[in-house]
Amino acid sequence: MTEILPFLKELISAPGLSGYEKPVRHLIEETWKPLTDELSVSRLGSLHGLKRGEGTEPRPGILLAAHMDAIGLMVTSVVADWLHVTAIGGLDQRVLPGQLVTVHAREDLAGVIVQPPAHLLPEDAQEGPVALQYLLVDTGLSHAELQRQVRTGDLISFEREPLDLTGETLAGRSLDNRTSLAALTQCLQELQARRHLWDVWVVASAQEEETLGGARTSAFQLRPHLAVAVDVTFGRSPGCPEHKTYPLDKGPTLGWGPNIHPGLYKSFKDLADRLEIPYQVEVMPRHSGTDAFAMQIVAEGIPSMVIGIPLRYMHTPVEVVAMKDITRTGHLLAEFIAQLQTDYLEKLSWDDN
Amino acid sequence: MTPRRTANDKPLRIGAAQIRLLEKLCNACAISGGEDEVRAIVLQEVRRHAAEVKVDALGNILVNCRVRDKSSDQPKDSQRLRVMLAAHMDEVGFMLTHDEGDGFFRFDTVGGLDERQLVGKAVWVGKSHVPGVIGTKPVHLTTAKERKNAITLDSLRIDIGPGGNSKVKVGERGTFATRFTRLGASLRAKALDDRLGVATLIELVKNPPSNLDLLVAFTVQEEVGLRGARVAAYALDPDVAIAVDSTPANDLPGWDQGESDALENARYNTRLGAGPAIYIADRSTLSDPRLIRHLVETAENLNIPYQFRQPGGGGTDAGAIHLARAGIPSVSVSVPGRYAHTAAGIARISDWQNTLILLHAALKRMSSELLASPR
Repeated sequence: MTEILPFLKELISAPGLSGYEKPVRHLIEETWKPLTDELSVSRLGSLHGLKRGEGTEPRPGILLAAHMDAIGLMVTSVVADWLHVTAIGGLDQRVLPGQLVTVHAREDLAGVIVQPPAHLLPEDAQEGPVALQYLLVDTGLSHAELQRQVRTGDLISFEREPLDLTGETLAGRSLDNRTSLAALTQCLQELQARRHLWDVWVVASAQEEETLGGARTSAFQLRPHLAVAVDVTFGRSPGCPEHKTYPLDKGPTLGWGPNIHPGLYKSFKDLADRLEIPYQVEVMPRHSGTDAFAMQIVAEGIPSMVIGIPLRYMHTPVEVVAMKDITRTGHLLAEFIAQLQTDYLEKLSWDDN
Repeated sequence: MTPRRTANDKPLRIGAAQIRLLEKLCNACAISGGEDEVRAIVLQEVRRHAAEVKVDALGNILVNCRVRDKSSDQPKDSQRLRVMLAAHMDEVGFMLTHDEGDGFFRFDTVGGLDERQLVGKAVWVGKSHVPGVIGTKPVHLTTAKERKNAITLDSLRIDIGPGGNSKVKVGERGTFATRFTRLGASLRAKALDDRLGVATLIELVKNPPSNLDLLVAFTVQEEVGLRGARVAAYALDPDVAIAVDSTPANDLPGWDQGESDALENARYNTRLGAGPAIYIADRSTLSDPRLIRHLVETAENLNIPYQFRQPGGGGTDAGAIHLARAGIPSVSVSVPGRYAHTAAGIARISDWQNTLILLHAALKRMSSELLASPR
């Protein structure tokens, strides 16, 4: 039995930027090995785990996708004792000055992102937030040592040890979306003691923050009959619009919108109501901003669902999640899978939901 | 027992023990007015090495390192120069000002902090270092126009987590949750300004020169107006004073838009790796030229690298000390450090060691003759 909190802390301490997920994938692989029947790695780097169902073949399959890649930075050049960088994933430049980082050079180098004093910036950049192109990373090394150690294209992770906050919440970097991998692991653990007819594919998808490329290609390769993207969603905090954010510790969100099959949505909602699992409804009028956006239109199309785990301060190194929302999400997924009947697809309809 | 003379002649160096002590000092939190944690460490370090240690009305630690050397070549008590060294224990940080419930607190800054450095940081609050975070709206919910404006202090909160007001309360202080890290020949930590000075003075208390009366002040409230140093200087009543601090090394490259219009960085203040920075003038003090000369001669005689801090703004405890009583000839010496008053500064071990060596050597060759001719 994997304890979810220590496992999640391990996940958010490991590197694994978009396209370079190997270090975090290795941790997930170790944990999923005893919980699945087969494990493999896709051509683009996603991890596929299969837990076979008990139904007669050919069995239908459900795919649960949670992306494992993290946002960060990449080295663009070495100037004197400093590094110029660019972003991997969506970053607000205003969050960067003063952040601790690890530069994955020939060896891992600790460093800090620095904002040059105004008089060293071009005139039009001296006021307000300093744009990413002017920010530098300092590793404390001399130019000669940097030249030996660092190459253009080296990755940079945020360095932030996990922090236990009050009320069973956890703060750290890369909780988007390692949180959802903890939820998938919870689901797999619950399924060990449950019977299920359907095959279950758990996918730790790669490259979501840049292209959604992992989930798209994995869904094509595995060709599931249902796909669920599990991702973090905007947690409520002061200064955020209430209508676009969801309070922590009130359960996962069930997505509703064009990326989501309304029948599948209704099945999840009815189940959560019946089991009294707290949830919130998240309206997604356009792009859901998740792997579901890509998976829905794979091959001939896949009925898709989005489950969100509220997370404060998304895409900063101090994201915050409530641990209970993670176990609730895992539990809801396990219950959903356990009750899936062989003929579910025949009853699933886009209309009248 | 080893005779004092031998201990006194041994060259001081920054080794593993000194770095461990600096680590402990930097990881401690001591926001101006709440210096308890650093004060406890300093007292523990200096107590058994000094003749007299006391804590004054503001919380300064005043140490008298009287060394009674019996040898005949040392000046008599009445002729011994009284030299004050000062390093401030406090650091910049925050104070919780309003409890908004659900673990969210408004806060104000203590000391000079660039508000742009606050966003997205983890913090420690209160004496037991309760963790919290300063978050912000997700980038996905911001507009391009919004991202061109700095995030103001008014819109930021410290988030301790649901139920956080059971752990911390309004009035408690906090600072960045940054752990000390060694980076090869450099160090990365919060509060290197001025724990580098504090650690340096602890070494000097442990190895005091016997030719003068060394009076050491570990001061409070430097970051909010040099308030501790002012009363410390009054109480110690020295003949001369040296403030030991950490000064910014703004030695970054200028923005290079191609060969022709690269900006030369002529305002670097100090440079990392160039040795201790001797102050000639800052916003608060016109250093005593006799002391500047003494430091420079010491450095040049002993081949110790040094640099002049570029004259200009800023200030140290010397600003308050030199105006105490009828005036006290003063100078400042700083260990250069990058990114002061942010979550993580960077300093070089060699600069720290050379600062310690320079101060120790300068003290050893200092006598009342220094003040024989007027300023």
